[in-house]
Amino acid sequence: MALALQTFSTVGDANAALKATGTRYLGGGTLVVRAANEGDISVSGLVRSTDPSLSAIEIDNGKARIGASVTMAAIARHPELGAIAKAARAVGGPAIRNMATVGGNLFAPAPYGDFAVALLALGATVDTDDGEMPIEDFLAGRDGSRAIVTSVRFELPKAENFRFLKVSRVKPKGVSVLSIAAALEQAGDSTVSSVRIALGCMADRPMRARGAEKALIGSTLNQDGIAAALAAAGEGTSPITDPIASAWYRAEVLPVHLGRLLLG
Amino acid sequence: MELRKSYFADQRKDGLHEIGQPRPRLDSPGHVTGKTAYFADRNFPGMLHLKMVRSPHHHARIRSIDTSEAEKHPGVVKILTAKDVPHNVYTILILIQVGPEDETVLADGKVRWKGEAVVAVLAETERAAQEAAAKVKVDYEVLPAVFDMEEALKPGAPLVNEYHGQNYYLYDSGECRKVRFGDVEAGFAEADHILEQSYQSSPIEHAPTETTGCVVMPEGNDRFTCYTNTQAMFFTLDNTSIILQMPGSKLHFVGGTVGGGFGGKVDVIVEPIAILGAKLTGRPVSFIYSREEEMQISSPRAAEKVVIKDGVMNDGRIVARQVTGYTDAGAYSRHSPYGAQKGAAHYPGPYTIPNVWIDTYCVYTNRTPSSAMRGFGVTIGDFALEVQMDKLARLIGMDPLEFRFINAYRDGDTKAHRQPTEGAALIECMQEASRAANWPVAEKYMAMSSYKKGA
Amino acid sequence: MAKVPVQFTLNGSEKAEFVEGGTTLLHALRDKIGDTSPKGGCHQGTCGACSVIIDGELRLSCLTLAETCGGADIRTTSGLAEAGVLHPLQRAFLDAFATQCGFCTPGMIMAAKVLLDHTPNPSREDVVEALSGNICRCTGYEPIIQAVLTAARANSQNAA
Repeated sequence: MALALQTFSTVGDANAALKATGTRYLGGGTLVVRAANEGDISVSGLVRSTDPSLSAIEIDNGKARIGASVTMAAIARHPELGAIAKAARAVGGPAIRNMATVGGNLFAPAPYGDFAVALLALGATVDTDDGEMPIEDFLAGRDGSRAIVTSVRFELPKAENFRFLKVSRVKPKGVSVLSIAAALEQAGDSTVSSVRIALGCMADRPMRARGAEKALIGSTLNQDGIAAALAAAGEGTSPITDPIASAWYRAEVLPVHLGRLLLG
Repeated sequence: MELRKSYFADQRKDGLHEIGQPRPRLDSPGHVTGKTAYFADRNFPGMLHLKMVRSPHHHARIRSIDTSEAEKHPGVVKILTAKDVPHNVYTILILIQVGPEDETVLADGKVRWKGEAVVAVLAETERAAQEAAAKVKVDYEVLPAVFDMEEALKPGAPLVNEYHGQNYYLYDSGECRKVRFGDVEAGFAEADHILEQSYQSSPIEHAPTETTGCVVMPEGNDRFTCYTNTQAMFFTLDNTSIILQMPGSKLHFVGGTVGGGFGGKVDVIVEPIAILGAKLTGRPVSFIYSREEEMQISSPRAAEKVVIKDGVMNDGRIVARQVTGYTDAGAYSRHSPYGAQKGAAHYPGPYTIPNVWIDTYCVYTNRTPSSAMRGFGVTIGDFALEVQMDKLARLIGMDPLEFRFINAYRDGDTKAHRQPTEGAALIECMQEASRAANWPVAEKYMAMSSYKKGA
Repeated sequence: MAKVPVQFTLNGSEKAEFVEGGTTLLHALRDKIGDTSPKGGCHQGTCGACSVIIDGELRLSCLTLAETCGGADIRTTSGLAEAGVLHPLQRAFLDAFATQCGFCTPGMIMAAKVLLDHTPNPSREDVVEALSGNICRCTGYEPIIQAVLTAARANSQNAA
C-alpha cells in the first residue's frame, strides 16, 4: 500500500484526519519520512496542515509564541530569538535545520530532540488542537498524543540567563552524546536565585535535573559552589545506550559537561 | 609537496615527472557534474525490488518457513527460499582452493548469526516488498550462541558452523597458521626483561556512503547484465557462476564505479540472489541495502585479539617475540582465513628478531561474518605491535624512537619467514619522521642506513 | 495504485510527473525524471548525499515528499554547468582533487552553492559549518573545504 498524504488548510480538519489508524502528522519529514524510508510499515497515511499560524513567530512584551511548523533555521536567524538561537543551530546540519520543525522536535526520541531540551529548561507551554499544557506533561504523554501541536510559548530569557550545550563526538556537528540547557537567574550577591536545568539523552526524552537545580539555589557559580549540583546531576536519569555512547559513558560525562556549562 | 631526494640518491634514477605533480583524476569531471553512473543510477521499467527476511536470532534451527500469506500480498511477484538456489552452499575463496564451502546464500535449516538472509521477497515496489516480508513466518528453535573467540575455542562450546566441524579454520598447518624461527624459549631465558600484553579490537564497519547493492537486467539473449558496486568483480562473477550453476558467458557484470568501499564490498552477497530473482521472474531486479543493513549486515573488519610476549635486553635489542593472534570470522569464512594468515605473515612487524613464534587462529562465532577492510590482518596487529614497542621502550628506560632504530629491519636481514629483506626503508622513514615531528634522536641513528650495513 | 501529480521546475525546466503517494523527491528525481545527480546514501537525513536546493534553501530530497514540492524551484548539481562551462565550484572541486569516490560530491556542491549564494566571502568556519550535514567517507574533507574557499575567491575576483 502506498503512503497517502492528505493536506488540509486548517488544523482542525487535519486533526480529524489524524484519528485514522496508521496515520502520522507530517511536519518537516525528518522523523516520519525517515521512518517510512526505513521500512516502518505501520505508517500508511500522512496528514499535514498549511495553516499559516503554524509557521508564525510572534514576539510580544518578552513573550514568544513559535508556531509548530517553524523550522530550526527560522528560529536561528530570527533577530529577536538570539538568546535561544544556539539551541536551534545545534540541530542537524543546514539542510536538516531548513526542514526540522519545533513541533517535530518535541516528538524526537533521544538522541535527537536537542531543541526540546531548551524548551524544557525555558518552562515552555505547548499548545495543541486540544488545549495547552506544560511541556513536562506534554513530553511525558507524547507517545499517546493524537492532537496536533500548534505552537510553543515561553518567556524569552535574557541571553546571559540562558545556557545551552550540545556534546557530540563529530565536529562541528554530530548526534548528541548529551545536551544540557539551563535557564538561570542570579541575585544581587550573584548567588543563584532560580534555575531550571534540562537534559537530553539522559532518558528516552528530555528531562529536568531537579537534584542539581535544588542544590544550586543559593549557591555561587564557582568550583565549590556547584560541587553539590554536579554530584546530584545524575539523580533520576536513565541514559540511553546507542551507537554514539553507552549509558555508562553518558552518566560519567554528565557532571563534567554540566560543570563546564555552569562555569563557562 | 616536497620530495626529499637525498634519500636513496645513489639507488634511484631521478626521472620522476608525475610524482609530486597535481594531476586531475580521470573520473572527476563525471563526479562534479553528477554524471558518473553508479549502479543505482540504472533504472529499468518494470524493475522489481528485493527485500530480505533476516534472522532475528544469533543461532537457531529453522523448524519451518511459511510464505503463503506473503505470496498473496498485493505487488509480490516472487518469493525465494534456499531450495530455489541451485548451489546454495558456497565460500568466496573456493576460487583459490580455500574451502570448505561453508555459507548459505539463503539459510537452510539453520541460522548462525543475527541478520542472516532467510527468505528473499521480490515485489513491484519497495513498500510492497517490506509489507510482504513482514508476513513471512519463520519458526525458529533458538540455540545457544557464542560471541567470544576464547569461549568458542573451549571444549563444549556451541558448534557455530557444521561445515567446519570445529570453531576454528583448519589450515593445512593445523588449527592455526604457524611461524617458527630460532628458539623462542632460549630467547626468553636470555632476556633481561619479559613483557606479555594482550590487545583487542571490536568489529569496525566501513560505512560507505553508497550502500552495497546491484541492479540486474535480463537480456533478450538469455544473458543477465548485473550493474554492481562490487570491489571484487571477478570473485563475484565466478562465485555467481558457481552459485547459480550458470556458465560465465551468461553473466555480464558492469562495475568499477564504487561509492566508497574500503574493502566492505568484496563479498559476494547481493548479486547471485538478485540475478536468480531476475532469472525466475524475467524482470529487472534491484537489491540495495538500506543504511541499517549496511551497518548491521555487511561484513565489518574482524574483531581481533593479539597476545604478544617479548624478551628484551637492557641495550634495546628484542631477542624473542611470541605472538598469538585471533581473528573473529563471525559465522562464516568469507575472507577471514586469509586475514588471519596475513597476520601470521605480518608479525613480528618490521623488526629483526632472532627468535620468533607465531600462531594465528581464524575463529568462528555467532557474530556478523567479517571480511576485508583496508589492511585487514595487519592494521590491528600494527596497533598492538607499536603499543607494545612503546611499552618495551618504557620498560627499559629508552626513547621509543631510538628503540625502534635498534630493532628496525634492514636489507640483508633474514625475516622470521626466512625471506631475506630487500628494499627496506624503515630507517629513512624514521629519520624523516624524527625531523618532521621535531623528535630528535642520537646522531648515530640519523647516520644509519637501510642498505649500508656498516653505517 | 493511486498516483498523485507533481509539478515543479528542475534546473529551469518545467517537469510534471505522476508518482505513487508518499514518493520522496529523491525517488521522483532519480527514477521518474532521470536526474540521478542526487544520491541516496542513508535515506534518513544523515549523509547529505541527496541534498538539493528548493526555492533557494538546502533540503534533503530523501526526506521531502515529491507531492509537497508543487510549483517549487528545484536545483541539482546536474544543472549547475551552463552551456558546458563548469560552475566555479565544479571547477574548484576538479582542480583541488576534492573528489575521491564522488558519491558525496553532488550533495557537497549543493551545500556549498547555497553557502556562496548567501555568503560570497565565507570564512573557513563558515564552510565547515555549511558542509556539516554532508558526510565524505573517503575522508577528503580538507580538499573539499579548500575547493569551496577557492571557488569563493574565483567568484569575488569575477565580480570585482
